[in-house]
Amino acid sequence: MEFMLSEEQRMLQESVVGYLESHCPLDRVRKAADAGETIANDVSDGLGELGIPGIVVPEDYGGVGLGFLEAALVAEALGGAVAPVPYSATSIMAPVAVLAGGSDRQRDEWLPKIASGETIVAVGVNEQVGRRESEGILASQDALSGKAMFVLEGMEADAYLIADSSGALHMIAGDAQGLERTKLKTIDRTRSVVEISLNATPAEVLANTTSSREPLLATIDAGRLMLAADTLGAAQAMLDQSVAYAKERRQFNRPIGSFQAVKHMCAEMAAELEPCRSLVWYAAHSVRAIPEEARLMICHAKAHLSEVGRFVARTATEVHGGMGFTDLLGLHYWFKRIGFNRQLLGAPELVREEAARVQGLVG
Amino acid sequence: MDLAYSQEHEAYRDEVRRFLENNKDKAPGSGSTAQDWQQLLIENGYAARTIPTEYGGAGQEPDILKSHILAEEFAHAKVPPGHSGDNRIVPVLLELGTEEQKQRFIGPTIRGEMQWCQGYSEPGSGSDLASLQTKAHVDGDDFVINGQKIWTSGAKTAHMMFCLVRTEPDAPKHQGISYLLIPMGTPGMDVRPLKQMTGDSFFNEVFFTDCRVPTTEIIGKRGEGWNVANATLKHERGGLGDPNQAESRFRDILELMKTETIDGQRLIDIPSFRDRAMALQARVLAMKFNGMRVLSHTIKGEEPGLPRWIVKLQGCELNHQTAALAIDVMGELGILYDESPYVRNHGMWQHRYMMDLGLIIGGGTAQIQKNIIGERALGLPKEPKFDKPI
Ligand SMILES: Cc1cc2nc3c(=O)[nH]c(=O)nc-3n(C[C@H](O)[C@H](O)[C@H](O)COP(=O)(O)OP(=O)(O)OC[C@H]3O[C@@H](n4cnc5c(N)ncnc54)[C@H](O)[C@@H]3O)c2cc1C
Repeated sequence: MEFMLSEEQRMLQESVVGYLESHCPLDRVRKAADAGETIANDVSDGLGELGIPGIVVPEDYGGVGLGFLEAALVAEALGGAVAPVPYSATSIMAPVAVLAGGSDRQRDEWLPKIASGETIVAVGVNEQVGRRESEGILASQDALSGKAMFVLEGMEADAYLIADSSGALHMIAGDAQGLERTKLKTIDRTRSVVEISLNATPAEVLANTTSSREPLLATIDAGRLMLAADTLGAAQAMLDQSVAYAKERRQFNRPIGSFQAVKHMCAEMAAELEPCRSLVWYAAHSVRAIPEEARLMICHAKAHLSEVGRFVARTATEVHGGMGFTDLLGLHYWFKRIGFNRQLLGAPELVREEAARVQGLVG
Repeated sequence: MDLAYSQEHEAYRDEVRRFLENNKDKAPGSGSTAQDWQQLLIENGYAARTIPTEYGGAGQEPDILKSHILAEEFAHAKVPPGHSGDNRIVPVLLELGTEEQKQRFIGPTIRGEMQWCQGYSEPGSGSDLASLQTKAHVDGDDFVINGQKIWTSGAKTAHMMFCLVRTEPDAPKHQGISYLLIPMGTPGMDVRPLKQMTGDSFFNEVFFTDCRVPTTEIIGKRGEGWNVANATLKHERGGLGDPNQAESRFRDILELMKTETIDGQRLIDIPSFRDRAMALQARVLAMKFNGMRVLSHTIKGEEPGLPRWIVKLQGCELNHQTAALAIDVMGELGILYDESPYVRNHGMWQHRYMMDLGLIIGGGTAQIQKNIIGERALGLPKEPKFDKPI
């Protein structure tokens, strides 16, 4: 029994964190945001060289063939750096969908492109997570019509993976006829979501997704896990900045961290956040090692990280006083990233209900 | 990340399960006494595991994983686990006691024949324990003790007290304290029960008036008592907030919610209750996995750091929240107590709700835990001190 990261996992973590520290500092994030870009191409390319887009794609398809714990460590690092790069949808959800739901030919076609980073695939599954205004996505012979909202990583995408109202998953080329894309402006300027409207747009259904919901559910699980891990990283970064600020900022002739009110805010953030790390690790590990537990653990990780993330985000802002509220310090980038992760793919109450259902507690 | 247990440990788990299956009926409550049960567990190596046989223990190699498996399996079977006597005093005796003290105290303590109470807190010294004022001076071969202890749990039934007293009044605060072992009932000692909010009287005040114990009844040297006490506090802190306990209590709550009804509807079928239960389950799991992480580091001889520092604070709070949910889902039934008609589980949840709050305070309050986390784990600056010398 060894509940800790392996040497290789720590090395992966260090290399991604190290890369982001030197190539994606807050200045770079800010530059992208000010230019209205949700992707920093240089950072995205650099991560591509590290193999990140193919992290969960099997080696046979040109990927790195690592597991979900490794994928979660990368998501955590990206959250920590508030990195404006596509990842959760294109590098994790899309390959999971294609692996679980695609035919051999579809795997051969899509996985190598995704793994190399050559093709970015945005993912829209809101139809099956919590449909809002859209009139729904209807599939007819090789075509889709309707509106998909909250399609993740949609501005950068070359292709779209869209769930229809029956739960089947379809691949659509970015330039397909009748496809219109509208950017949805969100609080978080480091990631993109779009609305896609489709009008008898040519689409290719993933072969095994019409008969089974499992590929869809596995795709949603993978996305929720990544959002939880992203929040873990973002919240840890907020805590670290708070502790550093509390040691350095002085009022009443002493460091504010020596005031218990401030010290206890920091201690509470740490005490709430630290067990979250173990929850995310366990959930990620369970996907392959203990699959019968995975969905429950991922639901709990998603919901709990959303709650703790929100607590850390507001508390860390308070520790910084007026500075926390400014654009100057940039703490709000993390605050908003955490807020984004909370709402996407199911806010906590919805995901907790699913946790109950998975255990047979919903009568 | 490898959650599989080795073959040796899997075999051990099977062995423990078999033992529990075959011997469950001998657990205390159903005819046999706690002492008989403990004796049976020691003989089978399931209690006092690592205590050398010369002091009456099972004399096995330390194996944190086996201890963990024991804790898990006993909790799962809802059978009282064995103990190693008293996790506050026995480790101290083993580490710092004289050979004569080990021989005299450890055996009876692990067999459950000798119970101990902890004489630390005083009316003026709680969180600031090192300011304690109970004094002892040497007269001939004896320490002569005068002063008062308070909140002494179990003092009425205990046979012995381990106690902090000031023996060097001129030394700095932390260096003037000694760690004494005092038989309960020694002349000059007066134990007065204090009633707690639960209605029990487990707490006591203990008054000392010219109470004499031989100068040999000390652990460590004179003036070293603070370090000796810290060795015990370390062991005590490890025990409070145990994630196994939280998990088994959560299972009890789910059972309660599946069996109790309101207006004919199961409690678990009420969405707002179900949501709270799920939020709590996430916390229970997070603390369980955090415990696995602490354990993995400990096995390797590494200091776990933050994951360990937070256990007392988060674990005790979690237990309290668990009891709170049980009371809330019971609605009006949640106010019934003791042996009232309709009371569920003999008022266990109501009792725990109060008792768990006591454990948030006892053994280092939540606020003191936050100071520790802030200062030791996060490296935040200490509060300016206004301490006066004693
Ligand atoms: C169930 C239970 C069992 C106990 N059993 C025993 C026992 O067997 N033997 C024994 O010796 N003692 C025992 N105690 C006593 C226990 O150790 C003390 O109650 C505890 O250490 C707090 O001390 P106090 O009660 O004097 O509170 P105080 O120290 O007066 O604290 C009062 C409040 O002030 C806060 N506070 C104090 N100092 C600080 C600070 N530096 N920073 C921030 N906040 C601070 C506390 O957090 C608390 O909220 C027991 C207590 C309980 C509740």
